[in-house]
Amino acid sequence: MERKIRVLVAKPGLDGHDRGAKVIARALRDAGMEVIYTGLQQSPAMIVEAALQEDVDVIGLSILSGAHMTLLPKVHQLLQEQGMGDVLLIAGGIIPESDAEILKREHGFAGIFGPGTSTNELVEFIQNHVGSRE
Amino acid sequence: MNKSDLATRILAGDRRALARAISLVEQGGAQAKALMAEIYPHSGKAKSFGVTGPPGAGKSTLVALLARTLRAQGLTVGIIAVDPSSPFTGGAILGDRIRMQSLGGDSGVFIRSMASRGRTGGLARASGDALALVDAAGFERIIIETVGAGQSEVEIASIADSTIVVDVPGLGDDVQSIKAGMLEIADLFVVNKADRDGADALLRRLRSMIELGGERYRAWKPPVLKAVASEGQGAEAIIAALEEHWRFLESGSAAHQKAQERATRELQEVLAEMLFERLQNQHSHEWQQAIEALAKRQQDPYTLAAELLKQL
Ligand SMILES: Nc1nc2c(ncn2[C@@H]2O[C@H](COP(=O)(O)OP(=O)(O)O)[C@@H](O)[C@H]2O)c(=O)[nH]1
Ligand SMILES: [Mg+2]
Repeated sequence: MERKIRVLVAKPGLDGHDRGAKVIARALRDAGMEVIYTGLQQSPAMIVEAALQEDVDVIGLSILSGAHMTLLPKVHQLLQEQGMGDVLLIAGGIIPESDAEILKREHGFAGIFGPGTSTNELVEFIQNHVGSRE
Repeated sequence: MNKSDLATRILAGDRRALARAISLVEQGGAQAKALMAEIYPHSGKAKSFGVTGPPGAGKSTLVALLARTLRAQGLTVGIIAVDPSSPFTGGAILGDRIRMQSLGGDSGVFIRSMASRGRTGGLARASGDALALVDAAGFERIIIETVGAGQSEVEIASIADSTIVVDVPGLGDDVQSIKAGMLEIADLFVVNKADRDGADALLRRLRSMIELGGERYRAWKPPVLKAVASEGQGAEAIIAALEEHWRFLESGSAAHQKAQERATRELQEVLAEMLFERLQNQHSHEWQQAIEALAKRQQDPYTLAAELLKQL
């Protein structure tokens, strides 16, 4: 049986909207991926522990709260500590360009996607980058 | 025999190794079989139970509640939550963890979501292997959640020692919300959402159905219990009933019979899978020819299968 791409979709932070995360989860499922959806208000430690247990290839974080520069680097740091640096890390939401650059350059994010990103683009990005992991 | 690195790490309780190994058995193949051969002798220590029922019945909420209760008793808990894959795309959204957030951060709990991946027989196999892995990693109680939707889901529930069938009031006047196959596998019924109207009526209906069940329920009569999982109510009685069921299984012939049934099914499944693989790999030409012949209705499947078996 072929290896399925497994993606953890999580929402760190305190904001209470997960419509965007759900749209993404459905798009990834429709592209044949297995999406583990963990719900709202996840701490970085909970996200990394879930990613470990679920043996995911990708972690997709959706964040609107503005706390992205504290929460997202924390997820990356915990992944490194667990020896899970090979997990593809991406984020979406309202993240200013300058912050996105820092997250990509210094905190291991392979891609940062703004609110206008099409789900197709996201699916392709994951397929290309997970494919090149192994 | 030298143990592989992966097996050694699993037996030492390494969570990352366990997670990797479950992915491996989900994929199947030679490496997975070799790993299971190493792991199997170290499994069989945990007590396990399945939780099945219609979508939205509160299974995940109940599983989280039962896990918390078991943790309070000092027991470690593994959870395997199976959800259906989309038959169209092969993808899946696995959302059971949403209701299990209260278990986050506890190293005595391990939760794994599995997609059914459209296999019928193979699903029970893969989740059975996953159960053995979690068991060998040292978790003392293992819970398997499945949606009571199709035959394969019903089968998975039965790889566990006990099966809880969850029903809720308000899904219909008859006991139509749970399917016939699910009634037969229940060792314990839970009427969840007992905070809603109709819970007592449902409870009575299930009890009278068991009374009328005759032969099937003579040795073990499934208790029917109420719960309000979202309010944390009902867990102690459910755990107590499970323990009683495990004592029943260990006493006398029931244990023997159940173990025999399970062993028969396991062996049948693995044998069928191996036979199939061998024919496909080593006799692919004959295999294809037989398929052609059957598709064109030139020969019947019985004769073709008999001829394929002669190839081995
Ligand atoms: N009223 C009520 N709602 C419940 C109860 N248990 C669970 N729920 C709710 O039922 C919904 C589905 O629960 P979930 O555990 O995901 O069900 P599953 O699909 O069977 O796993 C959620 O909104 C829960 O909060 C209960 O005992 N009473
Ligand atoms: Mg569920």
